[in-house]
Amino acid sequence: MTDRNELFYTPEHEWVRVDGDTVVVGITDYAADKLGDVVYVDLPKVGAAVTAGTVVGEIESTKSVGELFAPVDGEVVEANQAVVDAPELVNSDPFGEGWLVKVKVGELPKLLTAAEYRALVGE
Amino acid sequence: MTERRSPLEAVHRQAGASFTDFAGWQMPVRYSSDLAEHHAVRTSSGLFDLSHMAEIVFVGPEAAAALDYALAGKLSAIEIGQAKYSLLLDEQGGIIDDLVVYRTGEDRYMVVANAGNREPAAKALIERAQGFDVFVSDESDDIALIAIQGPDALSVLLETPGFGVEGPGNDDEDFDRSATELKYYRAFPATFETKPVLVARTGYTGEDGFELYVAPDLAPTLWQALVETGGSRVTLCGLASRDTLRLEAGMPLYGHELGLDTFPVQAGLGRVVALAKEGDFVGRAAIERGPEADAPVLVGLASEGRRAPRADYEIYDGPGDDAGRVGVVTSGALSPTLGHPIAMAYVSPAVQAVGTPLYVDVRGTRIEASVVALPFYKRA
Repeated sequence: MTDRNELFYTPEHEWVRVDGDTVVVGITDYAADKLGDVVYVDLPKVGAAVTAGTVVGEIESTKSVGELFAPVDGEVVEANQAVVDAPELVNSDPFGEGWLVKVKVGELPKLLTAAEYRALVGE
Repeated sequence: MTERRSPLEAVHRQAGASFTDFAGWQMPVRYSSDLAEHHAVRTSSGLFDLSHMAEIVFVGPEAAAALDYALAGKLSAIEIGQAKYSLLLDEQGGIIDDLVVYRTGEDRYMVVANAGNREPAAKALIERAQGFDVFVSDESDDIALIAIQGPDALSVLLETPGFGVEGPGNDDEDFDRSATELKYYRAFPATFETKPVLVARTGYTGEDGFELYVAPDLAPTLWQALVETGGSRVTLCGLASRDTLRLEAGMPLYGHELGLDTFPVQAGLGRVVALAKEGDFVGRAAIERGPEADAPVLVGLASEGRRAPRADYEIYDGPGDDAGRVGVVTSGALSPTLGHPIAMAYVSPAVQAVGTPLYVDVRGTRIEASVVALPFYKRA
């Protein structure tokens, strides 16, 4: 069970879990709820260099298209094939099985704490 | 703009609905999952709150004549208890709104317009009725609308207690017979808890179903009665599922497939315009001239994979950079029922033939799609 208080967040509704020199990235339940039923996920390729704040993937619901922003600078070391195959994992388990990518990072940028993120989304 | 609220708002909040702004109304967008709600309507039944729709009533000896002049269809030709899909055109032949007209009496009609077009539709109808012996009033605030759609809609309606019809005899049985025998696009006056309800076999989902027009203060009781009677056969449905349902059914949506810049014939609605009817009607001259020969026409598109064409995506006649732009998508989604992407789009008449391969620019990637016949989904 993920403790959401130990995660970092972005204003674009990604969560970030720091695991040594790698971070795991997903989108929050708030974002998943706003999107509705996710039916398609496009993730960056393993080995791709990503830059914080740039669009690196897409999360498409029955109703709309959401963009996945990289929360950090780094290199993609893993993309979650399980969510590509079963995009509904983003809705059913956004902080667990519905994680999206793992990125190897150098220096971690300033991210939101859980309390700051909750304040941002008004919860 | 004043935010408008449904008489069912408290019921929706209790049921855990998420809300969205729709034409100034706070309406439920979903209760649980768009897909679950969509599938429920295809396999059992779904309940929709459509109280935001506008109802404009015509009463008077020249109600039929006024509507024949105001609208594109021949409304004088429909019988009492019949409904007809029609169009409100402007002088240039453009579409101000698409609407459903019910003849509820010899000299009485109810015009149901889109929420977003309530003001322009009511204004145009009132203006056009000048000079006719008819009284036109916007009754939208006094009428709530609940729709139950799907293969179980009839059985749920029949089992729900409280319905009857006016007059002598056994109300329950009379109601059951009237509802069962009611044909598609027909309506009959009934009662619920002794108060009037117009029961119409109409809808916007591609399924069998009923639309129930009632006074706002009766709406919560009726809604709860349907929910309690239906049990697992009734799923509460929001506007998101309604959009994918109507898209699969190939039904146009104002602001997407229809607008002031659209001639009916471009949207495949030429048959809705009764050019053969006697007398003038607003837009006739423009319709008779018709659109330009190369005016875009509405088609269906189907593609493979999971990435759906969306509104405003551009369409090309080839996969490469040298391809020509031949159209634009108006609505699109990954079809929950069919499992592949579908879209409606306006394209050049040169590429409208069924089977023509076209390429939709999906955020920088050209996705091949085929022109297909509408509707995408038709109930068995």
